Amino acid sequence: MAKHHKAIAQTSAKMAALVVAMFIFAVWVMPPIYDVFCDIAGLNGKTKGKYQAVEATADTTRKVQVRFVATNNNGMQWQFGPDQELVEVHPGQAFVTHFKAYNPTNNVMVAQAVPSMVPHNATDYFFKTECFCFNQQVLGPGESAELALKFVVDQEIPKRVNSIVLSYTLFDVTADSTEMVKQKLEEMAGELRNHSGAMQPELKLTTTANTITQ
Amino acid sequence: MLIRSNRSLSLLLACLILAMLPGIGSAGELQLNMTEGVTAVSQEVYKLHMTILWVCVAIGVVVFGAMFYSMFAHRKSRGAKAANFHESLKLEILWTALPLFILVGMAFPATSTLVKIYDTDNADLDILVTGYQWKWKYEYLGKDVSFFSNLSAKSKDQIYDGKAKSEDYLLDVDKVLYIPTGKKVRFLVTAQDVIHSWWVPELAVKRDAIPGFINEAWTRVEEPGLFHGQCAELCGKDHGFMPIMVEALPPEKFEQWLEEQKAEALAVAEAAKQTLSFDELYSQGEAVYNQYCSACHQANGQGIPGNFPAIAGSKVATGELSGHLSVVIKGVSGTSMQSFADQLTPVEAAAVITFQRNAFGNNMGQSVQPIDIVKYQQGQ
Amino acid sequence: MAHGPAKGISRWLFTTNHKDIGSMYLWFSFAMFFMGGIFALVIRAELFEPGLQIVEPAFFNQMTTLHGLVMVFGAVMPAFVGLANWMLPMMVGAPDMALPRMNNWSFWILPFAFAMMTSTLFMEGGAPNFGWTFYAPLSTTYAPDSVTFFIFAVHIMGASSIMGAINIVATILNMRAPGMTLMKMPLFVWTWLITAYLLIAVMPVLAGVVTMMLMDIHFGTSFFDAAGGGDPVLFQHVFWFFGHPEVYIMILPAFGVVSAIIPTFARKPLFGYSSMVYATASIAFLSFIVWAHHMFTVGMPLFGELVFMYATMLIAVPTGVKVFNWVTTMWRGSMTFETPMLFSIAFVILFTIGGFSGLMLAIAPADFQYHDTYFVVAHFHYVLVPGAIFSITAAVYYWLPKWCGKMYNETLGKVHFWLAFAGLNITFFPMHFSGLAGMPRRIPDYNPLWADWNMISSIGSLLFGAAQVLFLYIVIRTIVSGRKATDGVWDGAEGLEWTVASPAPYHTFTTPPEVK
Repeated sequence: MAKHHKAIAQTSAKMAALVVAMFIFAVWVMPPIYDVFCDIAGLNGKTKGKYQAVEATADTTRKVQVRFVATNNNGMQWQFGPDQELVEVHPGQAFVTHFKAYNPTNNVMVAQAVPSMVPHNATDYFFKTECFCFNQQVLGPGESAELALKFVVDQEIPKRVNSIVLSYTLFDVTADSTEMVKQKLEEMAGELRNHSGAMQPELKLTTTANTITQ
Repeated sequence: MLIRSNRSLSLLLACLILAMLPGIGSAGELQLNMTEGVTAVSQEVYKLHMTILWVCVAIGVVVFGAMFYSMFAHRKSRGAKAANFHESLKLEILWTALPLFILVGMAFPATSTLVKIYDTDNADLDILVTGYQWKWKYEYLGKDVSFFSNLSAKSKDQIYDGKAKSEDYLLDVDKVLYIPTGKKVRFLVTAQDVIHSWWVPELAVKRDAIPGFINEAWTRVEEPGLFHGQCAELCGKDHGFMPIMVEALPPEKFEQWLEEQKAEALAVAEAAKQTLSFDELYSQGEAVYNQYCSACHQANGQGIPGNFPAIAGSKVATGELSGHLSVVIKGVSGTSMQSFADQLTPVEAAAVITFQRNAFGNNMGQSVQPIDIVKYQQGQ
Repeated sequence: MAHGPAKGISRWLFTTNHKDIGSMYLWFSFAMFFMGGIFALVIRAELFEPGLQIVEPAFFNQMTTLHGLVMVFGAVMPAFVGLANWMLPMMVGAPDMALPRMNNWSFWILPFAFAMMTSTLFMEGGAPNFGWTFYAPLSTTYAPDSVTFFIFAVHIMGASSIMGAINIVATILNMRAPGMTLMKMPLFVWTWLITAYLLIAVMPVLAGVVTMMLMDIHFGTSFFDAAGGGDPVLFQHVFWFFGHPEVYIMILPAFGVVSAIIPTFARKPLFGYSSMVYATASIAFLSFIVWAHHMFTVGMPLFGELVFMYATMLIAVPTGVKVFNWVTTMWRGSMTFETPMLFSIAFVILFTIGGFSGLMLAIAPADFQYHDTYFVVAHFHYVLVPGAIFSITAAVYYWLPKWCGKMYNETLGKVHFWLAFAGLNITFFPMHFSGLAGMPRRIPDYNPLWADWNMISSIGSLLFGAAQVLFLYIVIRTIVSGRKATDGVWDGAEGLEWTVASPAPYHTFTTPPEVK
């Protein structure tokens, strides 16, 4: 009977280890694997991260259409959109374009733009050397900004692909970025001090993003 | 004994079904099968569906046939003696291999159709479809035309009326999505809040709309026609109330419609300059409220506790006007309250805010003019 | 030496006896079955005709969510664990489960989980309303406050299932009677062994996915929030990585039950025993690589779509092998049609129909038209109701005489069968039609185009519900006043459980039996 108990304990320990391993797999392994997989397969239109430019010659024999689409996620109050909705680029040619963002609220707000691209097989050939989506963007009340996007379409892009859509969805992440809000407020206070006297601030600065909630 | 009791029960069952027959067919045609649809792709999908259906029926006839024969012939009451065989490698290999061949046969046409569905290149027109709780926004990219499409007021009025429903009940919208015939139209699908799914059966297009991500689908309709669809992914309370209507128009008519839309946008801007009386604002505001607000805040302004706040006596509707404007025009971050800046014209926004500040016992005695909305939107 | 049960309530609270715990699991799941059934009847009542008559859309969504959760985690899974508790030790010739104390805990935390989950119905904001698949962000950013209780309830249920599964693996691997080699085990033991491995592999994944939700909601992470670099589609991948094996968790033990019953009433050994074992194992393996077929419309790249389509189609092969084996077992047998056999035959037919619609759903281009419609609802109810519920019912009729030593009333049993059979088909068959005709699932109100089908479904659901009330009556009547059952009970039955007395003594096989 004692031998029995030992065997049962061993089996149970193995099974318990498997349980722990699977939990770790779900929480700590699957999300990164998924990201890697997305990178490889262009799953969900996730575009590649920052790309280091290499010398390339433009393939002037063909053109690829790139269309920019901007969406505001729920509750995002900025005005946000591309300067040019549609551009045509030669593969291999670096291209710069801008998005405009304007914060019409009375609060400092922080935004994160999330890029997504179709068709999926284009993501492997679309490289951003500079993008406002790499960082969170902060804008003071009534402030606007020109956000730069620099990209190059690889010459290797399949002949079948001649129209790419790059979408940016703008999310309000003010609540999770109190550090950035604080910094911005200090910056603004500093500027106000510099403009002494004449322009007394009527701006009311609040650290909470939304003074009006439900 | 057994057989007799089975028979009487099947008889009972048959009676039950017969009793229900008068009810069946009362609504006219009774659709049993998948729609063939109106595009080359949808017809291919339909053919795939029918092929696999008949394959299944054929397998079913053989398997169930053998089983029913055995149940009849090899029953103890007929004196059947049990055989004792219980293994045959040959049979096992046979019925592993045979289905494999059938499956491989099915995989070819399925793959070829799928490749076609994924070929979104060289579209003549791009339409951005954005899912909202609980409406769709359509944007004709590069054409300066965009609008929201809601469940029609006609359907909304019928939900609780307890009467017979109209033929297009819950499938009709206030603004139809028009597309040109004979052109490849690409739909870029995304969402603003939760996941939705844009589905029009007759186009065989179903794509999930996912916040932060973009998806694509395409169609080419050859003949003019009107097609209905619905949101297919559970997206909250009014998931069942966000239909889709797509109408294919000949290209000339489509272009004409686009022009009209631009003219309409100008007219809306013009209308925003007028001053309206309190009564005009209040009555128009009530209609706007019932169309856009009552789904969450309820027709009586009481909201749903824990989900959607009340308008009656609320701090927003009885507080500073600028706060109220902010909520309606910009929405509230992290909640279901959307920005209505694009959804309501200045006249509608002014009307509904006037209504909310005076209805449900709020009695602020205050009216808001369209010009106030325009000014607010311009940040003044 | 063997002694009888303790007296009074403490017998049930502190019991470590596998038969007592099995009974508690079965009664608990029976209660949950009725609760989930009432939720289903609310749904069907609202859908009886177009227009909103009975409940509001917000409450309707709570009903669909709770119906799914209660049926899957409260009715089907505990019922199979209950059957395992009762039968596995007797089938392998063991005196009890390997870990009797853990067995007690794994049962007793379940009622707390479900009390917590159903209590959300009475909270402000209502119960979970995002479907039993709880896709983010509807279940995170946009969820009612009760979602936190839902998450804890799922954690507890998961812990219960995991403990139950570890216990089953430990019992089967270590406690078999001398001579009971793996390939001599009854198929019910085999299917449960494989199911237990599946549970151990995927219940932690479910726990992981709800933990990630919890962290997103309360601790500022963004696993599923695009704004912070997460992805709502990741939720679906992780969920279905759990969810697809979960489907087989609910069906593999059913295969085992049917593989025990059909040979008994055909009076002929099971055909292709070893191929049945291999087919079960292959189904379990395939279940890990097909999950994304639940997500064909999510916008995967073509390559991914194709891989998941082919893998899913492959499942038809081992499933087909099983069905062919059952039919061949019946072939040239000497069949009688007592209630357990009727339910098993209905299982084979209706489960196969569910399998056919599953094959249709596997064809990705066609799935674009089926996905999230009533066709899917019809499909998984055809797999789960005749699959899990009918096989559990068959198992109860089959082993009840062994459990309580009394015979159920055969006529009543047959009436129950025919009512349930008719109710099931009247309820779920029309859903194929309404789905193909374009009715999306999870909607509280609909166009008149689908009105007739829905009315028929609603009538059928009432009939099916009534049949289950009769079932409860039959079980109670048997326990209270059934006539005495013999030890062998069925003249064609084979296996160790039939060698003990009826009712089975409180302790069986305290000295292991000799297996030839």
